Order: sequence, then structure tokens, then C-alpha cells
Amino acid sequence: MVIAKVINHHEEEAANDRVLFGFWVYLMTDLLMFSVLFASYAVLHNNTFGGVSGGQLFSLPIALTETLLLLTSSFTVGIGMIAARQRDQLKTLIWFGITFVLGLVFLFFELREFAAFIHEGHTLQSSAFLSAFFILVGTHGLHITSGLLWMGTTMAYILKRGLNTALVRKLTMLSLFWHFLDIVWIFIFTIVYLAAFV
Amino acid sequence: MKELILGKLNMQSLPHEWFTIGGTVAFLGLTLVAVAVITRMKRWNWLWSEWLTSVDPKKIGIMYFLVAGFMLLRGGIDAIMIWLQQALSAGPSHGYLSADHFQQIFTAHGNIMVFFVAMAFIFGLINYIVPLQIGARDLASPFLNTLGFWLYVGGVVMVNMFFLLGGEYAATGWLATAPLSGIQFSPGVGVDYWIWSLQISGIGTTLAAINFIMTILKMRAPGMTLWKMPLFTWGSLCSMIMAVTVFPLLTATLFLMYFDRSIGTHFFTTTAGGDPMMYVNLIWMWGHPEVYILMLPAFGVFSEVVSTFSRKPIASYTSNVLGMIGVSAFALSVWLHHFFTMGASADVNAFFGVMTMFIAIPTSVLVFTWIATMYKGRIRLDTPMLWFLGFIAIFTIGGIAGLMMAIPPADFQLHNSLFLVAHFHSMVIGGVLFGIFCGLSYWFPKFTGFRLNEPIGRYAFWCWIVGFCMSFIPMYILGLMGATRRMDHYDANTGWQALFIVMFIGGLIIMAGVALQLAQILASFIQKNRLRDTTGDPWDGRSLEWAVPSAPPFYNFTVIPEVSTRDAFLDMKQKGLAKATYEDIIIPKNTGAGIYIAAFGFFASFAFVWHIIWLIVVSMIGIVVVFIVRGFNEESEYTITAGEVQKLEEARIKHAKSVVLGKYDTYEEDLGLKELIRIVIEFALDIVKNKRWQKW
Repeated sequence: MVIAKVINHHEEEAANDRVLFGFWVYLMTDLLMFSVLFASYAVLHNNTFGGVSGGQLFSLPIALTETLLLLTSSFTVGIGMIAARQRDQLKTLIWFGITFVLGLVFLFFELREFAAFIHEGHTLQSSAFLSAFFILVGTHGLHITSGLLWMGTTMAYILKRGLNTALVRKLTMLSLFWHFLDIVWIFIFTIVYLAAFV
Repeated sequence: MKELILGKLNMQSLPHEWFTIGGTVAFLGLTLVAVAVITRMKRWNWLWSEWLTSVDPKKIGIMYFLVAGFMLLRGGIDAIMIWLQQALSAGPSHGYLSADHFQQIFTAHGNIMVFFVAMAFIFGLINYIVPLQIGARDLASPFLNTLGFWLYVGGVVMVNMFFLLGGEYAATGWLATAPLSGIQFSPGVGVDYWIWSLQISGIGTTLAAINFIMTILKMRAPGMTLWKMPLFTWGSLCSMIMAVTVFPLLTATLFLMYFDRSIGTHFFTTTAGGDPMMYVNLIWMWGHPEVYILMLPAFGVFSEVVSTFSRKPIASYTSNVLGMIGVSAFALSVWLHHFFTMGASADVNAFFGVMTMFIAIPTSVLVFTWIATMYKGRIRLDTPMLWFLGFIAIFTIGGIAGLMMAIPPADFQLHNSLFLVAHFHSMVIGGVLFGIFCGLSYWFPKFTGFRLNEPIGRYAFWCWIVGFCMSFIPMYILGLMGATRRMDHYDANTGWQALFIVMFIGGLIIMAGVALQLAQILASFIQKNRLRDTTGDPWDGRSLEWAVPSAPPFYNFTVIPEVSTRDAFLDMKQKGLAKATYEDIIIPKNTGAGIYIAAFGFFASFAFVWHIIWLIVVSMIGIVVVFIVRGFNEESEYTITAGEVQKLEEARIKHAKSVVLGKYDTYEEDLGLKELIRIVIEFALDIVKNKRWQKW
């Protein structure tokens, strides 16, 4: 019985290792998708077709606020993971809850920014630059949304089943995903927002 | 209101041309017959629980083969239609197809052959063989595997969808070059079908590739280091690493193209600052490595076959592996040679020209290791070896033609000509397809438990070789004479028609080869007890897949083997095989989640093509729900105990001993072609004379 448990434990470790490795590979593929969007933004960002350019359109304070929100959420997700590894269910839920809220606020800021642009008549049909901008930043926003969906359901399952090994593994992948989106955002902040003012 | 429910779909989009109606009738007829037979035999339950929801890579592999084989016939008919048109359409005659039909046909031919035939066969082989070669019982994620397969099936249905629900297929060439594929120049739904069939099958490919990388890197038998891996596994690993590198580019590019067409963005348009050449660059960054993704596993197959049939270890295993790694690395930096005529600077063209020539070096290293393996080997010329030898000849011709086109100034002349078409068909038929046939005939005993008929296989091989040379050597000549690709009509005084007719006849000979391959499988079924492989090792094999019975039990290995050398199974045979022992085995449960997600994905894609908003929303919600339900299911595996394994094994051995030989199994030799035809006619006459259908 004891031996069986040891074997099972070993199996479980190996499975954990495989799944996390696979998730890393998935993140790399996702990064390559973003690389296409970044490349097309780099190619098209001057093609404003007589319309507004980034420097005229963007507001750095808003972009900075978004950046700080995401960076903070990366920090809270880290603390949440420490709690999850210690199997502290309440703390895990609290920290992931805070992350969830920060993500939501970030999404709110981004949508408000998009709405303002569209309201002023700068849509993704206006010019190649705006197409590239909306699709690049929008894809990141879509990722954040799916991350929030994932976070929400995982927290619901933690409430239902308690914090078991499978759920800790899910949280580990989720936190990797979240940090990954944070890194992508840093690039968006630099290449899209900051570079527009250079 | 109608738009809300049906989007752009309307009565005009139902099929109304003769070739789409023909296709519709054929497809519906086939489906109805299949449904009728399954219902009559009460096999729905069996089909669902044993096959469709299976996560066993062996069964998924077989399903890949079946769908791919079917699509090979479909794409082959396209090829014959193209050749016939070109043979007829000189001077005053304009052939039997309109220019628009012709364009749709060659576009479909290219897409089907690359995505839904070659890719699928390769994935089938990898699915079946790689876990056996590395001594694993399953893939790292059985769920991703079934999901990948069913997404591929969704792509297959999508590429044929215009037969059923109308519209048209893309008339833009297999890569839908911008700006031709933009909404301005291709306003129909053809390009959208193209986008979404590639999109869903491409996402399936990415998932499958992630899965195989996890499997190969993390689930090898104890003792099997990377440098002891069989070469087919190495080829597959290189190929899958390339797939995860470039398929995301395809996914993103297709999305951008779809946004251009549907919501009015300006990535690849000619107006508002869009850049069509960016599309061409992006699509070839995926498109060129894609060819090598197909090629590398085929290289692996050849390495296995040449070593087994020369009864020698592969000459310079290290060079072979480094060759494959070299090919995959270089392949990522040559995409621009597809459009030297873009107008990039001479330096840029020179760089990509030189990189393209560099690729010949690791490729030649591979060819030399194979030839050196044959040197002083005791060669057996069974059909797998024949396919290998045919490959060496055609691949060399095609490779040299490729080197000629790698020279930018020469390419300015050869670009877009039939010379190029002949070159890549030499690579893809001579390299990839022959590799697939080679692998299928080599591993067929492993898949089914009996080997293939030998004489009819030889006829098929010779038909393929002769047909290939007749149809593609004139193509090289025509290309040098200035015939462009994708040409539906030419002037009579060019004097090309004779060569086009020769090409068409060559195509018919290839078709005869395909018919013979089907006959070969039939003949093997008739004699399957005579051809039965009782040892699991019909070729005196060297790697672990031959250590398990043919066909392997669903758990592959009773006990995971320990590996200490490269040719692991050969080593075991020389040391003497150990007595069977048994252990508890954990097996993943079947799941329908893959089918459900792929079905929703298919509906979403269909809705994207026709702009049916509600269906997009419903399908997306469906996908998310299935993912959540499946993702949080913690009981996806079950255990079979050592005792049960022992019982299964004993039952298998008992069953193998109790096989009764049939009428044709007592023949001294494999069935010949004449014999087969006689048997088939007798069978048909018997049915008619004795009114056997009454029993059905």
C-alpha cells in the first residue's frame, strides 16, 4: 500500500512536470502569435493614411495606469501562488480575488480608451496604423479576458472541491499565463505607447 | 431578420454548377451509404465508444490514415482535372473548365494535398509509431491528441463545404496571395472557406505538435537518452519543434486576413496604408518551413527503412541527426526565396539565396548517410526499400532543380513557371508522399497484424515512378520553355500541347498506381491469415515498435522496457528476450470532449464564413463550457491491474493460435494481380447468381 502510494506520487510528479513543460511550449506559441502582431504594428505604425498618429492619439497617463495595474496584479498573483503552495485556501482565494479585480479594472481602462478613440472617429477601419493598434492591443485584452474567465472558474472550483493538487497545478499554469501577459504588456507599453512619443 | 438568422447565406449560394452538384451528390451518396451500413450493422455504439472518442494514439493514427487516404483520392481527382484541362485547352479549344473553375480546382488541390493528405498521413505515422519507438504507453496529453485530430477533421469538412452548402472555393492559389485574396478582388466566400479550413486544422496541428514535443522529451523509456532515440522519432521531434515555431504565425496571419475581409481592417489591403507584401512574407515564413515539417518525419522513415533492409545500423547516426537539425534550423531562414521578384535589395536576395543553397548541405549529409548505410549491407528489396530507392532518385532531381532556383537571377526567369511546379512536386511526391508510402508499407504489419501483398505493391510502385516521370519531366521542360503555372489556356503555336498530353497520360498512370495500391490492400485482406505476422517483428527490426505484438495491445507494453543502446530491440534480441512479466497500468479514459470542441469550432468557423453572428456566439460559449467541464474533470484515467493484463495477454496468444486458414491462405505465394481480379469477379458473380443480397 505504501509502495503503491510512492509510485503514485512519483507518477503524479512526472505528470505535473510534463503538463507544465507543455504549458511553457504553449506560451511560446502564443508569444509567436503576438510576434506577428508586433511585427505588423512595427511595419504599419507610420501608415496613418493622413489620419492621426500614435503621438496625437495616445494618453501616457492612462497607459501608465494600465501598466501599474497589471504589474501589481502580477505581484498579487505571485503572493497567491505562495499561498496556494502552502495549501492556504483562504489566502489563495483572497490574493487571486485581488488579482481578478485588478485585471477587471485594467480591462475597464482599456475598453474606455478604445471607446474614446472610436467615439472620436478613429476606428480600426481608418488606417493601417489603427488596424494594427486595435488588433495588437485588443488581442492582449482578449487574453486578459480569457485569463479572468479561467481565474473565475478555478476559484469557483476551489470553493467547491477545496484546494487539491490538480487545482494547484491549474493555478500554477494560470499564474504563468498571467505573468506572460504582463510581459507582453510591457512590450506593448514600450513599443506602442512610449515609442509613439519618441 | 433573415440576415440575423442566416447571415450572408441564401438560395443563390446552394450548389448550381455541374461540378459542385456532382460533388454534392457523390458526398451525400457516400455519407448515406455509410450511415445505412452502420445502422444496419448496429455499429453506432461501437463506432462511438471504440473509435470516435478514443484517445489511443494507435486508433487516432488509423483514423488519420483513413481520412487522409480519402482526401488523397479527392485531391488526385483535382490533379487529373487540371491535367485534362491543360491537355485540351490549346488554341481555339478552351478545354472543358472555365477559368474560374480551373482556379478553384488548383487551389483546392494544393490545400488538400498539403494540409489534409500529407500532414494527416505524417501525423498518423507519428501518432502510431513514436510512442511505440520511445517505449511509452500513450501521449503526454491524450485529450489534446483527440482534439487535434477532430479539429483536423473539421478542416477537412470545411474545405469540402462548398459542395454541400454552396458558395465557391478560393480561386487564389494555395496560399491566397494578397491583395488578390482581399475582399475587393475576391468578394465571394471562397477565401473565407480557405481561411477557416486552414485555421481550425492549423490550430489542431499546433496542439498536436505541443503534445508530441512533451511526449518525446518527457516520456521516453528509462535509459533512452536523446542520442539513443530512433531516427524516425528524431525526425518527428525536429518536425514538431518547427511546427510549434511556425504554425502560430499561420494562425495569426489568417486572423489578420480574415479581419481585412470581414471587419474592414487594413493589414494587407492596397488602400489606407495596408501592405500586401507583408502578407506574402508572413505566409511564407510559415509556408516554407511547412514543407520541411512534412519532410523531416519522412527522412526519419527512410532512415529506419534503409537501416532495417540493409541489415546494418545507420551509417553515422550523429551526422544523420545533425543533418536533420541543420535542415530544420536553416529552413526557418529561407522564406524569401519564394518571392525574389518582390523587389527587395540585391543584398537581401543574396542572403536568402545563399541560405537556400546552405540547406543542400545538411540534406546531402542525410542522403549520404543513407547511401553509406546501403554500402556493404545485405540489402533486401522489399516494397518499402523500393519506395526509398525511388525517393533517392526523384528527390535528387528535385533538389538540384531547387538549387537552380535558389540563384536569384535564374529565379527571375523560373519564378512562377511550371519548372517551379515540377520542382516542388518532385520534393513533395518524391520526398514526402514516397516517404509516407514507404512508412505505411513498412509498418503496415504493425498496424494490422498482417503484412501487405508484395507483387501488387511492386506494380503500384512502378506505376507511380513511371507515371511521375512522365508527368513531371515534361513539366520541367515546359517550364524552361516559358509555360507559367496556373495556366488554363495557351496558344497553339507554342507547340506545348504534345507535352501537356504526355503529362496527362502520366497522370493516368499514377492513378493506375493508386488503384493498384487499393487492390494491394484488398489482396492482403483476402490472404490476411497467410500474411499474418505472428512474431510482431516481420522485418527483423531494430527499434522498440517491433518488440510488441502486431497489432499492439491498447497499453502497448506490458512492462516498459529498459534501453541501453541505439537499436534497442536488436540488442534485446541478441541478448535473448526476457520472459513476460506484468504490472499495473494506468490508462486514460476515452473522451468525447475533443469531438464536441471540434464540432463547435467547425460551427463557429462556418458562422464566420457566412457572418452568422448568433451561431458564432453560441459556438464560442459551447467551446468554453466543454473546456471548463473537461479541464476540471479529475478522473480521466483508470488502472488495469497486473492480473488483468496477464489475462488479456494470454487471451491474445490463445486467439492467435486458434486462427483458421481460409481458402486463399493456403496459397504458396502472395496473390498476383490476375488472381485477385479472378477472385473479385467470382465473388461478384456469386452474389448475382445466388442472390446473396436477399440475406442483407
